[in-house]
Amino acid sequence: MPAYEIEIILNRQLADCLSIPVFITDKQGNLIFYNEPAEKLLGKRFDETGEMPVEEWSVIFKPIDELGTAIPPEDLPLVKTLKNCYPYHRSFWIESLQGRTEKISLTSYPIIGRAEKFLGAVAIFWKAKDE
Amino acid sequence: MKIKLWGVRGSIPTSSPETKYYGGNTSCAVVSEGDNLLVLDGGSGMQQINFGNSIINKRVDILLTHLHLDHIQGLGFFKPFFDPNLEVHIWGPASNTQTLHSRLSRYLSPPLFPVMMRDLPCGLKFHEIENSEFKIGPFKIKSAYVIHPGPTVGYRIKGTHSVFTYIPDHEPALGREGMPKDIKWISGYDLVADADLLYHDGQYTAIEYQNKKGWGHSCLDDTLLLASKARVKHLLLAHHDPSHTDSQLNEMFTDLKRNYNYSFEYEMAVEGMEFELP
Repeated sequence: MPAYEIEIILNRQLADCLSIPVFITDKQGNLIFYNEPAEKLLGKRFDETGEMPVEEWSVIFKPIDELGTAIPPEDLPLVKTLKNCYPYHRSFWIESLQGRTEKISLTSYPIIGRAEKFLGAVAIFWKAKDE
Repeated sequence: MKIKLWGVRGSIPTSSPETKYYGGNTSCAVVSEGDNLLVLDGGSGMQQINFGNSIINKRVDILLTHLHLDHIQGLGFFKPFFDPNLEVHIWGPASNTQTLHSRLSRYLSPPLFPVMMRDLPCGLKFHEIENSEFKIGPFKIKSAYVIHPGPTVGYRIKGTHSVFTYIPDHEPALGREGMPKDIKWISGYDLVADADLLYHDGQYTAIEYQNKKGWGHSCLDDTLLLASKARVKHLLLAHHDPSHTDSQLNEMFTDLKRNYNYSFEYEMAVEGMEFELP
């Protein structure tokens, strides 16, 4: 398999140095990298799972809105970024690995390379603050 | 395929008895096969090139890796530019903001240089490349962006029978854990894989690199590791730091030989070196 484009590689190098959870996907949404803080969210280690197809990793989180209603995938920031090549942000709730419901914020942005080619997306998770 | 190195120094030309053996001119190499000529980068080594009457097909192609000064400062002294009977093609990385022509014109125009590009008598053509594949004469060329500040590419040049890869400025081990274990995550890997001859950045010692991370260059140890992972047959360590004297470069190479036992051939690039690949 050919090496990733330089823009994807540099995003991973950055994510590797951050203390916030970062997920990197290819343009189909397959999870190609997640950093150590993201391992805590997923409950899995990148060294062990390697890359994960979109069907597998997208069902790990069960996002719900403030009324407890499940949020459809097409309304989630990362899915919208992958579809529209545009940054998005939203706060919502997920069930933590300990079974607690936690409010988080997700910011996603597209990786659009030097040749203006869409290469993938980055999702950053934040512990939500009440605004 | 024949290769000649006209400049192997990095960053700025050096002119001192202490750098005479490895040479003080900045990046430039010539690749030829049959009547076809490729000039890689236009560093100060370029002003030494004199093709004389050897340009049979009336065409020269210059492949620039990027536009830092040590890779273009020889352009104004490249003799074919001043020959109205020649066609000179310049290939270089695309930018989102300005054309290759306008970026090069910033250097080749007053007050930095007395002659403007539009006044050069040769036929001049520009080609903007990205992650591209193209053909020049018998050469099949692949370019790809690599880790270095600003738009920078490396070149994989396939001649009739062999592959020469040229990446003079490159920092593939940038990041918290150095060189990635998985080859998919290594910048420039596809250019380097299985090359018969690799010319690659090796500006620093491993100790020097600790204080130069993010500057866009490699230490010798990382370059050896890259060549090993990519099954390179012969490696030339290049882009010598301008502060390194001949005796320091000799010591650095002795240390490498003492510390590593790689099975492939490797050596420090020396200005004037010539190679003939089968």
